[in-house]
Amino acid sequence: MASNPFVTAFELIASGNPELIQIMGLSLRVTLSAVLIGCLIGLPLGAVLALTRFPGRAGVIVLFNALMGLPPVVAGLLIYLLLSRSGPMGDYALLFTPAAMIMAQGILILPIVVSLTRSVVEDLWIEYEEQLRSLGTSRIRSVPTLLWDGRISLLTGVLAGFGRASAEVGAVLIVGGNIAGHTRTMTTAITLETSRGNLGMAVALGTILLLITLTLNGAAYGITQWSGGGGR
Amino acid sequence: MVRRGWPMMDTRASILPLRLDRLGFSAGGADLLSDISLTVRSGRRLLVIGPNGAGKSLLLRLCHGLIQPNSGRVIWADGSVRPRSQAMVFQRPVLLRRSVRANLEYALSVSGMARVQRKAPTDAALRRFGLAPLARRAARLLSGGEQQRLAIARAWLLQPEIMFLDEPCSALDPGATRLIEETIAGFATEGMTLMMTTHDLGQARRLADDIVFLHKGRLVEHGPAADFFDAPKTREAGAFLAGDLLW
Repeated sequence: MASNPFVTAFELIASGNPELIQIMGLSLRVTLSAVLIGCLIGLPLGAVLALTRFPGRAGVIVLFNALMGLPPVVAGLLIYLLLSRSGPMGDYALLFTPAAMIMAQGILILPIVVSLTRSVVEDLWIEYEEQLRSLGTSRIRSVPTLLWDGRISLLTGVLAGFGRASAEVGAVLIVGGNIAGHTRTMTTAITLETSRGNLGMAVALGTILLLITLTLNGAAYGITQWSGGGGR
Repeated sequence: MVRRGWPMMDTRASILPLRLDRLGFSAGGADLLSDISLTVRSGRRLLVIGPNGAGKSLLLRLCHGLIQPNSGRVIWADGSVRPRSQAMVFQRPVLLRRSVRANLEYALSVSGMARVQRKAPTDAALRRFGLAPLARRAARLLSGGEQQRLAIARAWLLQPEIMFLDEPCSALDPGATRLIEETIAGFATEGMTLMMTTHDLGQARRLADDIVFLHKGRLVEHGPAADFFDAPKTREAGAFLAGDLLW
């Protein structure tokens, strides 16, 4: 392993190293699940927050904005306390499983999706309100309408959420435990392999992580351009 | 009474005539409309004219139910607060970020029509308003005239008894304006009641059965268009027709 880490990394990727593939698969599964859950909750929640007025609304908005900066280790700690043997959800034995990691990353993604959705939907509502009310659209019915019409802007927020979750190491390390073959993700593996001096593997994982992010962003840009007509 | 509505829409008692009873609206301490009483009769083309800031658009929004008056009442003949059988076309139409066809189907969807039933009326609207070749195009990329035509088609699709039009041609070139005017005249022939604002006196002459002349938030004259244009009863109306009344 004394050779150039970049050469080793290339060999690992080119030969389709099974450990590498397994780690990559788990990482994608965890992060994509977290993004999906974050969107299922965050998109409607953000839209409802944009269209309703209730006491304490400003506080909720500030809270979600602040949570966008929640340190991943703190999110991990919260989920750890929740899932540990003595915690409220201890009986489900979820700690150190991919499910726990999905929960932790979901917590990181949710505020980003909620805040961005609220801001996008609020802007659209200013433009659409009169027209939608004229057509007889109820407020609840306006939620899916505005989410769909804001789809291009919302995609950016979803990508930001994906970026945050796929890049973080603190939360998945605490609740997942970095168990080989079970809860080891690309970021926790990079941390471990680097500290072990196993730089080839670390560089290989880092390269793949960058490529995935690049591919997703490229695809999103492509979608924005392609649907430019419908989205405008 | 002309029977309106697609076969699958339930048809209710007529909502017309529409009566406005001492309607008033103020904002920020200023009276924008005061003491407006008038009756909008079924089957007529009522044009609302007046200088900028007279309250024309506001009056339409109050009638349509988008804004609540501070005083007075909007009274529909069927007794409902905001009947469904009405539609409005705005000066700058807001089209959804979807295809032309999807914009039309959306209006039907909101009105409660099941998905399978939407195709026939949508096709009819596309044909009638010359939008069939544009059906799959993104609505937001249409020209101004095409966008307004789509907005009118969308309003027509709701089969309203009364359609409110707020300066529908103000941003259009003469060709598009003529097309919209012909469309509006066609609606009237079919028995639809129209209430429309315009700042274009020529357009008012071409389209109006009746005229409402507003000035500084008050109703100054209301009567048959021919009488109004031939012999305005008030000094303000005379000055407005001569182009001397600016605000």
